[in-house]
Amino acid sequence: MSDIILEARNLTKSFGGFVAVNDVNLRIERGSIHAIIGPNGAGKTTMFNLLTKFHTPTSGSIRFNDTDITNRKPAEIANMGIVRSFQISAVFPHLTALENVRLALQRGLGVSYHFWRSQKMLSDLDAQAVARLDQVGLKSYAHTRAVELPYGRKRALEIATTLGLEPELMLLDEPTQGMGTEDVGAVTELISRVREGRTIVMVEHNLGVVAELADTITVLARGEVLAEGPYSEVSRNPQVMEAYMGVSAEEQEEEA
Amino acid sequence: MSDVTETTANSQSGIAEFEEGLGDPVLRRRARIWQGIFWVAMLGFLAAAPFFLYPVFVMQLLCFALFAAAFNLLIGFTGLLSFGHAAFFGGAAYIAGHVLKVWGFPPILGILTGTLFAAALGWLVGSLAIRRQGIYFAMITLALAQIVYFFALQMPFTGGEDGLQGIPRGHLLGIFNLNDPLAMYYFVAAVFLVGFLVIYRIIHSPFGQVLQAIRENEPRALSLGYNVDRFKLLAFVLSAALAGLAGSTKALVFQFASLTDAHWQMSGEVILMTLLGGMGTIFGPVVGAFIVVALQHALSGIGSWVQVVIGGTFIACVLLFRRGVVGELARLLRINSL
Repeated sequence: MSDIILEARNLTKSFGGFVAVNDVNLRIERGSIHAIIGPNGAGKTTMFNLLTKFHTPTSGSIRFNDTDITNRKPAEIANMGIVRSFQISAVFPHLTALENVRLALQRGLGVSYHFWRSQKMLSDLDAQAVARLDQVGLKSYAHTRAVELPYGRKRALEIATTLGLEPELMLLDEPTQGMGTEDVGAVTELISRVREGRTIVMVEHNLGVVAELADTITVLARGEVLAEGPYSEVSRNPQVMEAYMGVSAEEQEEEA
Repeated sequence: MSDVTETTANSQSGIAEFEEGLGDPVLRRRARIWQGIFWVAMLGFLAAAPFFLYPVFVMQLLCFALFAAAFNLLIGFTGLLSFGHAAFFGGAAYIAGHVLKVWGFPPILGILTGTLFAAALGWLVGSLAIRRQGIYFAMITLALAQIVYFFALQMPFTGGEDGLQGIPRGHLLGIFNLNDPLAMYYFVAAVFLVGFLVIYRIIHSPFGQVLQAIRENEPRALSLGYNVDRFKLLAFVLSAALAGLAGSTKALVFQFASLTDAHWQMSGEVILMTLLGGMGTIFGPVVGAFIVVALQHALSGIGSWVQVVIGGTFIACVLLFRRGVVGELARLLRINSL
């Protein structure tokens, strides 16, 4: 296997006449944390949805571990080891933290269509689920319903659930969005703790987080790659600085 | 807000453990006790009802209760609002009636045939409807159910406006004469109980867990690798089959299948029962069905004003206790599932 886990070639996505992502090439190195940043409307979220197959590209191709996944469905790529998170915390609100994580673990049992069996068989997974919760500091909340958890902990629960799938590649959509400074620190630390043995792609607004975590940064602007490289390099790029200073109104519309 | 301060204190150790789980074992035990009370009450009622209530009335209650519980499997535990469940209920009633009357099937086989027909119809309707979500899903189910209604009106074997009459009750296993009201009653009670237990098991199965995940957050379930459409379709087929079980049984009880069973108002009524009782609860649909059927009986003297009273009850329910009777009770008792 090559050192490139995920590769996008000439990826383009247009909505009607609007080209959100234009001829983007992206190579994600195995084991790295790769951040995609850019001003509002740069096409980050579209790019993210393309990589996770929630959108189908207008043209171009995506390869994961040298397999073409351009036309695969989201559930299929999840089974291949690519798992995404969402901008708004993605938990199952009326299930307990334990049940949330167990839903990820349950897939391995291959009994998910067995409507005639008791869910008591799932309690075999409890110990494993609690271990996952412990990993993100939520052990004592195992029986709390997700809806009752504070925001920062919901995100931690989401990460614990994602880890339950043992993903090779994790895609995090703005993991620290809408958080206070303290929670941002906690989540940053959490990500650096779980990165071992995985590759992480993240879309992130918070440059502090990006600077601390990311090995490589791709800067998008107007749907195209503006710059790529480590933080120290990218942050000194005059084009990047300009893109971050001036954001026009019509570009913000795409984000909505 | 308190979260921020908590995390500040623990910022060195990441998102740290803070307080112990919220007294959960106590709540769980309480939930178990209350569920036990409901089970005992329901079984007690099933056993004793024909001795102080008119058996046909109770059998009607049980058929609708099973119908509502089947419907609740979709709306309450999968998050799908079908507006065409009358097609499965009524369609199964006609098919069961036909095979019992014309082909001379024994009762159990007749009911099973109706149920299987509803399952097949559910597969057909479901595979078309799950391609869309929300209101569009509901509209597709309604449109397809209207087609079934049209068939019920036009097909030669259904008896058109008159309905399919004179369905024989026959002998259960060749032994028990179902024309005896008490024998018929206990047969219906057994069918209800089996159907209810099947639904209970589906809810509490690995499959049921995934259904709840889909109800709670569909994109997330998808991103965990669950093929959401297949789960929805299977849930739809199971719900349709159980609605068909209720419809077939009702045909046997009343000895006829009528257009009312397949009419869109029936689809509305089952929604009403489920919401009144509490959707997403275990016993809610049963309670809701009892309320609606009891109201219809008690108020039968005032003619079509019954609809007004039931409509008013529904509005009051939606405004005052949105979780339904059992849902509100569960909230008052601070338990998760009842």
